[in-house]
Amino acid sequence: MGADGGNLSVRIWKGGAGGRLIEFEAPQRANQTVLDVVTWVQRHRDPGLAYRFACRVGMCGSCAMTVNGKPRWTCRTHVAKVAQDSRLTIEPLRNLPIVKDLACDMTVFFEKWRDARGRFEGRATRYDDIECIAPETPARQAVDAGIECINCAVCYAACDVVAWKPDYLGPAALNRVWTLQNDTRDAAQAERLAAVAGEAGCHNCHSQQGCTTHCPMSLNPTASIAGLKRAVFMAALRGEV
Amino acid sequence: MNLTSAQLYVLQRLSAAVLAPLVLVHLGLIVYAIQDGLSAAEILSRTRGSFVWAGFYSAFVIAAAIHAAIGLRSIAAENLAWRGARLDALTYGAALLLMTLGARAVAAVVL
Amino acid sequence: MIRPHRHQPLWWAFALHRLSGLALAVFLPLHFLVLGSALNGEAVFDGVLAWSDFGLVKLAEMGLVFLLALHLLGGLRLLALEFLPWRDGQATLAAVAGSASAVIAFAFLFNAI
Repeated sequence: MGADGGNLSVRIWKGGAGGRLIEFEAPQRANQTVLDVVTWVQRHRDPGLAYRFACRVGMCGSCAMTVNGKPRWTCRTHVAKVAQDSRLTIEPLRNLPIVKDLACDMTVFFEKWRDARGRFEGRATRYDDIECIAPETPARQAVDAGIECINCAVCYAACDVVAWKPDYLGPAALNRVWTLQNDTRDAAQAERLAAVAGEAGCHNCHSQQGCTTHCPMSLNPTASIAGLKRAVFMAALRGEV
Repeated sequence: MNLTSAQLYVLQRLSAAVLAPLVLVHLGLIVYAIQDGLSAAEILSRTRGSFVWAGFYSAFVIAAAIHAAIGLRSIAAENLAWRGARLDALTYGAALLLMTLGARAVAAVVL
Repeated sequence: MIRPHRHQPLWWAFALHRLSGLALAVFLPLHFLVLGSALNGEAVFDGVLAWSDFGLVKLAEMGLVFLLALHLLGGLRLLALEFLPWRDGQATLAAVAGSASAVIAFAFLFNAI
């Protein structure tokens, strides 16, 4: 499957929520990614096909789609690894509204990032010295473990709790919050903990680890969320949240 | 008294921590006591008038009622999409039912 | 249908934890009613307990023992996951919990027959 030759049978989602899968034939190539296939179909078979990508090297997080039922970053997913009998089914990400075809509306995903207070809120000014953060401290190690998120929403699409409880903040936003709660320079940790302790908060997580299983950056949102649960548990006992 | 979801989470985990050793003893007792079949005399001779078993089973009933009610709440919310008053009614109703029936059962075997 | 994104052991650990919890919650009122029958005298209680002599009932009891052990051990894994420092290999731990539950259930069955 690594070499050129042969055809792929590709079924691609067309339309909005009420759309359907359309079958295309596409040539099989060596070192071909799923994004390559989608691009080939758009250029040679269906110019109206809508999808989203930018960097093509796994940095921007914009090309995630559902490939044979699993959420993946398509630019770094090799066809040879995921095709079953030279067949691919490519759909938009789960748990997000579809704009058209393979492009979904990421608004809710980023609104939750905001609602969870996933923004650094420092207390230092430009007149203060740069703070020294020792890399070996446990807090900084916790930050390092979670900080490489590219906002691709693969974890969000993999999460059953999001599917069942659409208000749930989801693994990406909560993982981000955990990195900020371990950032010693941040000044809004009490408020942020309250933001993830509500009805839509971190304690909804059932540790199915779908997020961790599918994260293309090999992050572990389940572990981050477990850290937040501990913090919420202690804060609730103290009557703070 | 409507608990927040964070408080429900705390109760769910606390009741689980209480239940863990109790269930372990319960399982050990089940596997041991089934050996010669179940009889009322055997069970009641163990439990009647015993403060230890009275305390054990009372704690068991309270923790199980809380734990099961919150668990059922999660299932109803996530798998049946229940929300709001209906969800609260299920939670508190289930806890009340289990506590009542459980208290009756403890009284039956201890008194 | 089990969708492809769920094809991983810890999703199954979740599903079993949920189903065992649901089954136990449904069984609990019945369990309490059986025990409560002792209020009506030892003879009545014995009459209810006599049901447990049937083979099919014994098998059902074995199933309940399995579900209780599974919910306990799976639950301990979750408590450890949430309240202790993170450790990898959760799928292995879940498998250990499942196997140990089966051992407990068979120990019950061998003692029961």
